[in-house]
Amino acid sequence: MKTRFAGTDTYIATEDLMMAVNAAVNLARPLLVKGEPGTGKTQLAEEIAKALDRPLIYWHIKSTSKAQQGLYEYDAVARLRDSQLGDARVHDIANYIVKGKLWDAFDSELQPVLLIDEIDKADIEFPNDLLLELDRMEFFVYETQQRVLAKHRPIIVITSNNEKELPDAFLRRCFFHYIRFPDKATMERIVDVHFPGLKKRLLRDALEVFFDLREVPGLKKKPSTSELLDWIKLLMAEDIPREALRSDAPRTAIPPLHGALLKNEQDVHLFERLIFMNRRDAR
Amino acid sequence: MLVEFCQKLRNARIPVSVTEYLAMLEGLQHHIAGCSAEEFYYLCRVTLVKDEKYFDRFDKVFSAHFEGLDEWFEQLFGDIPEEWLAKQAELLLSDEEQRKIKTLGGWEALMKTLRDRLQQQADRHQGGSKWIGTAGTSPYGAYGFNPEGVRIGQDRSRNRRAVKVWDRREYRNLDDNVSLGTRNLKLALRPLRRFARQGALEELDLDDTIRATARNAGLLDIKMVPERHNAVKVLLFLDVGGSMDIHVRTCAELFSAARSEFKHLEYFYFHNFLYDFVWKDNRRRSIEQITLMEINNNNGRDNKLILVGDASIIPYEITIR
Repeated sequence: MKTRFAGTDTYIATEDLMMAVNAAVNLARPLLVKGEPGTGKTQLAEEIAKALDRPLIYWHIKSTSKAQQGLYEYDAVARLRDSQLGDARVHDIANYIVKGKLWDAFDSELQPVLLIDEIDKADIEFPNDLLLELDRMEFFVYETQQRVLAKHRPIIVITSNNEKELPDAFLRRCFFHYIRFPDKATMERIVDVHFPGLKKRLLRDALEVFFDLREVPGLKKKPSTSELLDWIKLLMAEDIPREALRSDAPRTAIPPLHGALLKNEQDVHLFERLIFMNRRDAR
Repeated sequence: MLVEFCQKLRNARIPVSVTEYLAMLEGLQHHIAGCSAEEFYYLCRVTLVKDEKYFDRFDKVFSAHFEGLDEWFEQLFGDIPEEWLAKQAELLLSDEEQRKIKTLGGWEALMKTLRDRLQQQADRHQGGSKWIGTAGTSPYGAYGFNPEGVRIGQDRSRNRRAVKVWDRREYRNLDDNVSLGTRNLKLALRPLRRFARQGALEELDLDDTIRATARNAGLLDIKMVPERHNAVKVLLFLDVGGSMDIHVRTCAELFSAARSEFKHLEYFYFHNFLYDFVWKDNRRRSIEQITLMEINNNNGRDNKLILVGDASIIPYEITIR
């Protein structure tokens, strides 16, 4: 069984990211991943699962999620209904225990990758409620007086968008990695992986426009890697010539299909205003 | 050495605890960081630091504490084994060429010169001059083996990057620079809310229903509770104009956050100070005025008051009039 992660053919991992993943896998600690939206946090777990050949269990957190839901839920309403109908199932409480994602991960025959996605969306107490389970990799089902023990310590990847500060006690138990926005060289490799046939010059021009756009001050949502990939896909589908990207007077032309890069109405306005001002200055 | 490092991190107010220190040692024990300074740096960062806002401080402490770490690693792992060099040369050089080397003072002398050169290069490389480039005039160039080629196995990363990773300070922007976005403001406003159950029966109270049903010997007894909603009433007073102009964006964010967070929110604008009147529409502030008396009478004691202002007057407003 492989235990070293070095990126995959569809995912470029930087040196520090590889170190973070390998440390987390080998020392059996959860890995907390933060970073700008669109830098591939969620994808990381999928790629780890793929690279190390493990099953992936996906637990998506919403603002209403409770830690208990990850362990198990007791479906009292179903039992109540069955009791009214006189169903025989009602005598065994185990019939009404619904397994959660964490239980699934503990039960897996092969060491799984468990992705706890966007943990910051949940209530502030959510990470604290999982401390013991993540530490000891076991929990107790009170209804059936049963202790659930992990067969293998799952590889846990937790993502956060920084919308909430996570409690210290929780952070202590995790390894932490911040996915930095890729620099030009890394970005070229990333695009290369996704669009192997892309012409070198088109790519260079597109990247130039892209990184220029990220420098525009005051943007509410800076375009990220996923936006760039979408944009290049569009450019290729529309067969936009390279010349369209490379205008003689830079900063005065709106790049084609910019809607794929800027997702916010105000940003588009701001951008168009800037272009307009640049044109006026240039005259 | 490492305990001291942790102590320094703590002095820089990076919260490092024993747990994290032990985790790092465990990582070293498992040989996760192999034999380069960079790997060691990444391992330290991934285990010891838990927030990107500390990355910059960590970089600084690391750089100060482990000054010369690269050289140290080089001493440990970077000694070029002589046999290896010899082998490399044998691979690359023909017999005739090797004979030529002998005329230059023999293998021993050549190796010595080569090592001196490498040493020199390592020192001078930091100054930024390209010693390798001028190597064409050296005897090594003539025999077609490139000293750089020999070196590459040892520290490629150093040649490629003049500046070490931790000295690049890429995370400067993230240090305590978390701006107040709408979302953060919402979170900050949240503790102000008071939930209360008021109004009609709406929600099924599952816990109570189960309890009541059980008490009822299994016959279904449904219990309802009123839905919880935020019962706090808020009056928001915003200072506008003059010295507040620079805070417009923050105020707008606060306003939109407060709007979505409170059910009963009334907002008013004022300028510099709450005089006897306020207004709701900035464009018609001279026409539609609301006196403070009116606000006082219309809103009961259960209202909460939030005043937003910067407690200053821009000088020209005083001097010009």
